[in-house]
Amino acid sequence: MISLEHLGKSYGVGEIKTEVLKDINLHIEKGEFVAIMGPSGSGKSTLMNIIGCLDRPSTGKYFFEEIAIDQLNSDQRALFRRYKLGFVFQGYNLLKKTSAIENVEMPLVYQGISAKKRHSLAYEALKSVGLEAYLERDPSQLSGGQQQRVAIARAIVTNPSLLLADEPTGNLDTKKSHEIMMLLSDFHTKGSTIIMVTHEEEMAQYASRIIHLRDGEVERIEDVR
Amino acid sequence: MFVNALFLALSEIRRNLMRSVLTMIGIVIGIASVIAMVNIGKGASASVTESVSKLGSRSLFIVPGQSKGMGGQSTTATPFELKDIEVLKNTIFSLEAVSGVENTTLTVLYADKNYHTGIRGVENDYLVIQDWQIEMGRAFEKSELRSGLSVCIVGKTVTNKLFDTGINPIGKKIRLEHFSCEAIGVLKEKGANTFGMDQDDAVLVPLKMFQRRISGSNTIHTIMSSVKKGIPLEEATIQIRRIMREQRSLSKEDEDDFSIFTMQALLSTISGITQMLTVMLGFVAAISLVVGGIGIMNIMLVSVTERTREIGIRLAIGATADDILTQFLIESIVLSALGGIIGIIVGLMISWGVSHVMDIAFIVDSLTISVALVVSMAIGILFGFVPARKAAEKNPIEALRYE
Repeated sequence: MISLEHLGKSYGVGEIKTEVLKDINLHIEKGEFVAIMGPSGSGKSTLMNIIGCLDRPSTGKYFFEEIAIDQLNSDQRALFRRYKLGFVFQGYNLLKKTSAIENVEMPLVYQGISAKKRHSLAYEALKSVGLEAYLERDPSQLSGGQQQRVAIARAIVTNPSLLLADEPTGNLDTKKSHEIMMLLSDFHTKGSTIIMVTHEEEMAQYASRIIHLRDGEVERIEDVR
Repeated sequence: MFVNALFLALSEIRRNLMRSVLTMIGIVIGIASVIAMVNIGKGASASVTESVSKLGSRSLFIVPGQSKGMGGQSTTATPFELKDIEVLKNTIFSLEAVSGVENTTLTVLYADKNYHTGIRGVENDYLVIQDWQIEMGRAFEKSELRSGLSVCIVGKTVTNKLFDTGINPIGKKIRLEHFSCEAIGVLKEKGANTFGMDQDDAVLVPLKMFQRRISGSNTIHTIMSSVKKGIPLEEATIQIRRIMREQRSLSKEDEDDFSIFTMQALLSTISGITQMLTVMLGFVAAISLVVGGIGIMNIMLVSVTERTREIGIRLAIGATADDILTQFLIESIVLSALGGIIGIIVGLMISWGVSHVMDIAFIVDSLTISVALVVSMAIGILFGFVPARKAAEKNPIEALRYE
């Protein structure tokens, strides 16, 4: 589904030019659960941003279901994110003073889905993460684990082709982390394609494949099962 | 999308209610002052027009001398005499009423009270010209006018100052400094005139009596007349001019040594002034609107910076730059339009209050209101565009990292 060919990303020019990613070649199939690991500065976040269409590669090609993503302009990338991707962030990134269900409805608003349908889809998504009793709660009234579940519900509500999780357990204790990972694992078994960035070996074990990055290059690829 | 953006804007305004209200105040003040100024101005000029037309859109004033503007007549010009009035009355049939008017101020006394007021020597026609009714008693009789008997008709203000309530002024002797006269009538209350002067602050006496006992000469310094309905004022003016030139034996080469004023001319001067004032005040108020607009821009810029992370989230989730632009633009338009609507209401309340206090007409000018609404929304677009574009140009990655 995803194929990255000789992908590179650098900032600056001339002597101050820094290469964050160098010649990345990767293929990710539909239905995979891939973890990207590496020490800080290895370029895993940059890779994640490029796959997530938030950033553009400097060199190389990026195909997503035959679409040349590296050729898209910023509006086309926005539309691609809108219809194909779901994001889960380390810091949850929920809208403040906005109820859980409104947060989950937000991506559907941009898809132009009617209010009634939005509400029922958002309800289903929150139910699937076990938060149907917290619909009207404000993020500030929810625990970290619950906030991350809302964020997951928001990411899956549009039924995206690809779910991207950037350190989803980074702010949570071990127990909560495992709960979140169980949830992601659950979506994976139901057929979702997931790419997750993490620096915790324990969490990476939920994935089917682990890509180890070091200094902007793929160090090794490890099959978990 | 548009409807959603509207709801989003409204909920955002509600979320930051205090800040939104403070932002709106600039627009509220701007719009309210424009509405108030224009409405009060229009009300004032409507009232001027109304009161002038009520008391004498058909009246003409003849004064000796020539002057470019109003007032300030030449001192060398010969005053009129009673015979001039007789000639005007007998020869110009387009005139409904003609009366000589002499003015002075004196202290009037009754019992232990005294009051300084205007004394006016007039004939009965004066009441016709001014459309002034007698409330109590009667007008002058022919014999009183002819012989200049010591009788007077008292204005309401003077009556109130000199007589205790319950005392009937009719038949009472009032002292006008060194002589006394009998009150034969009380004038109906007229209130303030166009220029804010109390018209009831006057005592009317027969013109002959004024000449004999107050001025001590046969001169008349003003002739007032009113033109019959259906006859153009210009026509009457031409006739009067011809007769007066004849009366004052002016040759063809001589210029007029008298002036004829119409209330119409006065009216257009006044409404010209009020119109200019309205425009000027409206302009000053419009400046405050611009200041209000800058206030909106300021707050929106702060809001965009504050909500950087929200913008990042929205972009990541699939909002295009245009969606973000629309969101912030609609927010500022809603903010300024709400301010505009509140401003219109406040402005109408102010103009209603002022029209009550100043006793002028309360006019709701629908054109001004719709223009104010459009302008306030235009301000939202104008001053909301820069912050909105700043929001839309944000880089999603950096915006998501913003703390």
